[in-house]
Amino acid sequence: MSTLSIENVSSAYDGTVILKQLNLALNQGEIVALLGPSGCGKTTLLRAIAGLQPVTEGRISINGNLLNGDGVFVPSEQRDVGMIFQDYALFPHMTVAQNVLFGVRGLSKLERESRLDEMLTLVKLEGLAKRYPHELSGGQQQRVSIARSLAYEPDILLLDEPFSNIDSQVRNEMMLEIRQILKQHNVSAVFVTHSKDEAFVFADKLALFHHGSIAQYGLAETLYHHPKNRYVAQFLGAGNYISVTQADEFTVDSVLGKINSTTPLTFNKVGQVVGELLLRPEQLQLTLQDDGNGTIVERHYVGTACQYWVEVGKQRVEVRSQQLHLNIGQNVQITAQVDPMVIF
Amino acid sequence: MILGLTRSWTLAGYIVAAILILPLLALLVQATMPDEAVFSHLYDTVLPTYIYNSLILMLLVCVGSLLIAIPAAWLIARCDFPGRKYFQWLLLLPLAMPAYIVAYVYTDLFDYAGIVQRTLRMLFEWQGPHDYYFPQVRSLGGAAIMLSLVLFPYIYLLARTAFMEQSSSLLHASRVMGCGSWRSFWRLSLPMARPALAVGVALVAMETAADFATVDYFAVPTLTTAVYDTWLGYGSLAAAAKLSTIMLLVIFAIVGFERFARRKQKLFQKQTGIDESDRHVLNGSKMLVATAYCSVLLLLAFVLPFVILCQYAVDYFAQSWSAKFFEYSLNSLYISALVSALCVTISLGLVFVRRVSPRRMDTVPSRLASTGYAIPGTVLAIGVLVPLTYLDFGINDIYAYFDQKGPGLVLTGSVCALVFAFCVRFIAITIGSIENSYKQISPSLDMASITMKQTPTNLLWRVHLPLLNKGIFAGALLVFIESMKELPAALLLRPIGFENLATHVYQYVSDEQLELGALSAIVIVLVGLIPLIYLNRSLEQKN
Repeated sequence: MSTLSIENVSSAYDGTVILKQLNLALNQGEIVALLGPSGCGKTTLLRAIAGLQPVTEGRISINGNLLNGDGVFVPSEQRDVGMIFQDYALFPHMTVAQNVLFGVRGLSKLERESRLDEMLTLVKLEGLAKRYPHELSGGQQQRVSIARSLAYEPDILLLDEPFSNIDSQVRNEMMLEIRQILKQHNVSAVFVTHSKDEAFVFADKLALFHHGSIAQYGLAETLYHHPKNRYVAQFLGAGNYISVTQADEFTVDSVLGKINSTTPLTFNKVGQVVGELLLRPEQLQLTLQDDGNGTIVERHYVGTACQYWVEVGKQRVEVRSQQLHLNIGQNVQITAQVDPMVIF
Repeated sequence: MILGLTRSWTLAGYIVAAILILPLLALLVQATMPDEAVFSHLYDTVLPTYIYNSLILMLLVCVGSLLIAIPAAWLIARCDFPGRKYFQWLLLLPLAMPAYIVAYVYTDLFDYAGIVQRTLRMLFEWQGPHDYYFPQVRSLGGAAIMLSLVLFPYIYLLARTAFMEQSSSLLHASRVMGCGSWRSFWRLSLPMARPALAVGVALVAMETAADFATVDYFAVPTLTTAVYDTWLGYGSLAAAAKLSTIMLLVIFAIVGFERFARRKQKLFQKQTGIDESDRHVLNGSKMLVATAYCSVLLLLAFVLPFVILCQYAVDYFAQSWSAKFFEYSLNSLYISALVSALCVTISLGLVFVRRVSPRRMDTVPSRLASTGYAIPGTVLAIGVLVPLTYLDFGINDIYAYFDQKGPGLVLTGSVCALVFAFCVRFIAITIGSIENSYKQISPSLDMASITMKQTPTNLLWRVHLPLLNKGIFAGALLVFIESMKELPAALLLRPIGFENLATHVYQYVSDEQLELGALSAIVIVLVGLIPLIYLNRSLEQKN
């Protein structure tokens, strides 16, 4: 049984449809990222899970308990979800201890104290219990909000762009740290972000949003290497699209010459244009060769690699290469190694 | 947003709003009732004069206030001269001065028996009024000057802020393109400050329209005094309601104008502001003119009347320091405290529902409840009398039905009517200040506490209330002070034999004996200073 299950959920506000027939399932202990540009509905879905946003149709359940749908609406205050906000939402008039214990109920004084200690140790804030939020750094505030939402042991943790206010220098470290805490406690979490880099680092699975629906849902690698459509491919990284013709069962023809596939191609339209092949910049290799099929027209040094723009016939392709010594104007041979082929 | 908020919150909000809007509705209904030809009689005789006086007075006061306020605001915002830091807030003091007190003091100084004319007569050996011309203080023009003197700070305050918020880089750009500071003022600063000035003018116009005591004292009949006289003189509630409706038309036109101006205001205000170093440092004669301008203004609008008040108070201390003075102070105090407490409680409920409700209809009650602030005290008093009179009769009829002796006029004959009217008039202040405080509270705090299983009431008590305390305090304080100062509504609604400081002072003003009520007047002025200190502090923090 999945921890969180979302079936055919739609949401509309003021006549505008924000979510269209969404489906998503999450297993215990998994972290899923709701990824997409702003205004695509990812935060709306997160709020719908928390009961903060009305759902027009569909069902939401957590651990088998129906929260939304079939005429049922369980209010937020009865849902047992934890939520972490972009601005952390710490209560400014309460100390760290009061904040952390805000949602904890039904425990004796002693138990509350031990819960507080446990939580502060978990987020490495021992000794700061008496401080007020404004006396803490952004990262510390973030950790208080994590402690607060784990302290009452919710069924699921919802995170709304929690890292967008953290300095980029410490963001990665912070994300790994929090990910470790969640994994340690086997917490299921839904995480909203617009940054694919954050999603790759923090989440196990990605749900990529497009205009209120999920364009693709799966493991990060799957989405990167097997995007279902051009939108998914483009959102997760740069790519070149080259028109290809099927040569035989394992080969296609293109401006770059013949490109081989290890698995048999499925379309079986020998001699016909089958579509545009996705080539990620790092899937192309350059060899310096006077009679090569391309000419370098632009070069950007980006640290560990070089980004080249190469003109092949009438097309420009982007190549990311470890070879740093190539210059503008030189002729190169481009070869592609793609496996499996993604053709749209 | 709390999706699970029950509808009882909505219902409660609407009931409260309905009660608060009742006077306005009653007024409109009552205005359609027959009035034994009182209104048509007024219409044929004096009404055109009243309307003319009201409009001309508003025009004169607005122009006068603008002429006084703009130079002062410009000097304070853009120039540097000795005392600038003090004048910055000293120029707000006239706001604490009720116009009718200023009017009384200047009449005392400038009328025929006053010290100025006496001195002139002595100097030039004039025998009587035929020998020279001296402008009449107690006139429409005189009233306009008195009102301008105490109302200009509204425009000054808004204009000063507008001038200060204009970014330095715009001025630099204008200067680089060859505009001197005079041309920059006309082409840049003044047009950019226009929305703020418009809002200030609207406030001044509303205060002028609502003024009862000054024009009554100067015997300049306006719509406001007409409403008062029609009720107390002719005893015709319907005719008073008709006049009030005319008044309301004027007021709503001003409010509409103010809203329109405010909408544009956002476009112009950027948060950059002017640098300290971009102030013109004034030297020599310019410095003298600037300092003199601010000093004279302050002297005329506040210091002189206040000193004279103090003089009266000292001279007549024995007569004024009486049991009655304490009784009236206490009356003012407890009415004001009661009104503040009621306003805070009701506003908190209304604004809370508006904040957390998922239903759009829940934004309506707090809006409706706020309309009372625009209604002048005289008009509101008539509006309160209409439904409460019916209610009183209704209550007594019920008693009579059961052959019991009725309790008499429990509502209109007690302070109930007064307290109710004050709440209607001032609740907009607490609603506004609580709403403003709410803006500082991130909505995510609400969401956080709901997801942590708190009920709406818990959210209000544990999270909102502790965070709103400053806004609540500021709102309560302002309502308290306004209730101390409010005169026309108190005059019309007080139970027989009941006096508070404001009515007490006014009684002496109209009896030409302010000397005896000076102590009470000083209390009113001093209490009025409190919000100015508060306002100034919050402005300084902003800078």
